[in-house]
Amino acid sequence: MTTLAFALLFVLACTGYVMNRRAAQAIWADGTRLHSLSNFHGLYSLLLVVIPIFVLIILWLLLAPFVINAITVASLPADVMSEASSGQAQLILAEISSIAGGRVFGDPEPWKIDAANRLVFLNEASSYALVAAVVVLGAALAYFARQRVSAEFRARQRVETMVSGLMIFCATVAIFTTIGIIAALVFETWKFFSMVPFTEFLFGLNWEPQIPIREGQIAGAGAFGWLPVILGTLVITAVALIVAVPTGLMSAIYLNEFAPKSVRSVVKPFLEILAGVPTVVYGFFAILVVAPAIRSFGQSIGLDVSPNTALAAGSVMGVMLIPFISSFADDALSAVPNALREGSLAMGATRGEMMTTVLFPAAIPGIVGGVLLAVSRAIGETMIVVMAAGLIAKMTINPLDSVTTVTVQIVTLLIGDTSFDNPKTLAAFALGLMLFLVTLLINVFALRIVRKYREAYD
Amino acid sequence: MYDADQNRTERKVGQKDIKITARDVQVYYGTNHAIKDVSVEIEDKTVTAFIGPSGCGKSTFLRCLNRMNDTIDICRVEGNIAIDGEDIYDRRVDPVQLRAKVGMVFQKPNPFPKSIYDNVAYGPKIHGLAKNKSELDDIVERALRRGAIWDEVKDRLQAPGTGLSGGQQQRLCIARAVATEPEVLLMDEPCSALDPIATGQVEELIDELKQNYSVVIVTHSMQQAARVSQKTAFFHLGNLVEYDDTEKIFTNPQDSRTESYITGRIG
Ligand SMILES: Nc1ncnc2c1ncn2[C@@H]1O[C@H](COP(=O)(O)OP(=O)(O)OP(=O)(O)O)[C@@H](O)[C@H]1O
Ligand SMILES: [Mg+2]
Repeated sequence: MTTLAFALLFVLACTGYVMNRRAAQAIWADGTRLHSLSNFHGLYSLLLVVIPIFVLIILWLLLAPFVINAITVASLPADVMSEASSGQAQLILAEISSIAGGRVFGDPEPWKIDAANRLVFLNEASSYALVAAVVVLGAALAYFARQRVSAEFRARQRVETMVSGLMIFCATVAIFTTIGIIAALVFETWKFFSMVPFTEFLFGLNWEPQIPIREGQIAGAGAFGWLPVILGTLVITAVALIVAVPTGLMSAIYLNEFAPKSVRSVVKPFLEILAGVPTVVYGFFAILVVAPAIRSFGQSIGLDVSPNTALAAGSVMGVMLIPFISSFADDALSAVPNALREGSLAMGATRGEMMTTVLFPAAIPGIVGGVLLAVSRAIGETMIVVMAAGLIAKMTINPLDSVTTVTVQIVTLLIGDTSFDNPKTLAAFALGLMLFLVTLLINVFALRIVRKYREAYD
Repeated sequence: MYDADQNRTERKVGQKDIKITARDVQVYYGTNHAIKDVSVEIEDKTVTAFIGPSGCGKSTFLRCLNRMNDTIDICRVEGNIAIDGEDIYDRRVDPVQLRAKVGMVFQKPNPFPKSIYDNVAYGPKIHGLAKNKSELDDIVERALRRGAIWDEVKDRLQAPGTGLSGGQQQRLCIARAVATEPEVLLMDEPCSALDPIATGQVEELIDELKQNYSVVIVTHSMQQAARVSQKTAFFHLGNLVEYDDTEKIFTNPQDSRTESYITGRIG
């Protein structure tokens, strides 16, 4: 039925478009000068029909189930509902809708079957009503649009207004989503801080969040200091950057300035493939290849290396970031005008001197912007560390030790037994909010540098 | 067509030494034959002007003289170019040292996004011309004075060079080029972004430079060629049509194409 509604909308919109266009062309054929081209008259009708009806269908689909459920519940025998708790009411409703869907288990009471029949009827009525509403409203709008076709009608301006309204709507979707995410995070974090003191979270050196959710569970006493966790994130990020920044920069410099075309045409696609490898694949690369290699190497020189090291997770994450940094640096270097290269070479600079004295300083703001974006990716990266970093939070900066990260902890806190009135679960939101703030700061910083870089030479 | 050999036999006593000799130079951009059979001798302590219609290969030929064409992948140079008798396209010649000796000013000003001071100090620094800071300061000041821009920038040497006006930027680039004391200075339409006053100053500078160096200047202004140069070469469609004393080119050209160009009928 919903498909039918959309199909009718499509037909009405096209009809409106054709009618208006024809009408406008007829006026034009009479020799009158139109204010707007006939195409705009058509588009005016099209948009006037499509936008409101599309919104209507969406709202209908979102709201109708609530209304129907409310009607069904209201018509149930009074004594049943008054005794039921909210959880039981949910169950009854679920049972009724499964009966309505034809799945009858056991021997339901007759009033449930009645309710199910009513539900079926209401659902059907709702879809017919939707189709009827689409047809009536659509025809009315198309008719209205058709009435307005005249030589003086400013269809182009109307169309532009509607289109720019659409664009504004699309642009604000991102804003509202962000605000929604922040609001959800802040709300849950607020609940968390009503259970765990703010100072303990911010300055505590212990992170042992595995407290019992239900009575009788065997678990730790609980400690919620985020410092060891963020320290783990920072250690892994640092390792990743130590791997990624020099390699990425060198490869970009080589590809941009020194590589012959043939090498460039081979290496670039490989870098792009590297960028397309799913992080979960990097994750098992880290556990299966890198971590054992580091471990056996460490043992061979007499070092005590734990099985999950920050070094393994960080260096694999670094490999993941190489194409990112390399492509940013590549863009920054390519953006440097050729005249500067020639100017430098003509002064008798070698290519290396040209690179270090002119190109690199000119490109550095762009490169720094790329590195900072890479930092926020490293901080937010989840899959590799979930697979390859440890779970135990330790106050250590030794990369050969096992560390855990903010993202790993969020994942483990939300996996398995959860309950949203327990500090264990809510701690995930507090960590999420902190992570969000840290990456936001870095991104703002990065964007500023990138913007400054745009002004560097114009 | 102009023939360098013939010119040499006619050389009179008192004429200046030859600084650059080019023989049968061909330049190709891929399949585009941009310079055809050009042979020319450029004298020391002289200003030589390259004139000719747009796209005739003046810049291309100029860029052969300091091997800037090496930086263009598709560009191929054939023939023989020697400076002070040494073939600059020889394998043993380091283009980096060559370019330190043959300075260049580009058509479009291209200051580095560094301070005015660092722009001018760039060459002396990479070639190690100054022993200490005060020596470097002197070099920078002298170069800026010769670039006729000292008075305008002496109070803001640490300001970025890209913040200057187009004409100031060009004079900064000239100062940058002369700071390394090159033996040959190649200038590709150095005055196309300058007002008449700055143009006059640059021309004065060129006049002064020719005391010590040989200067090659590409220009679209006949008046400028006539004012600053002693020798003029006229290029047309990749050929060197005529090369002679400036006076002679402008008063009594041998080739009909030269005549129609300088009188404004072609180009
Ligand atoms: N980088 C390049 N790649 C390919 N072809 C080029 C390149 N530079 C110049 N050419 C070609 O070489 C020919 C000569 O160009 P050149 O720049 O030397 O002319 P010009 O005499 O300096 O002209 P103008 O007075 O306009 O500066 C032209 O046909 C041009 O298309
Ligand atoms: Mg040119």
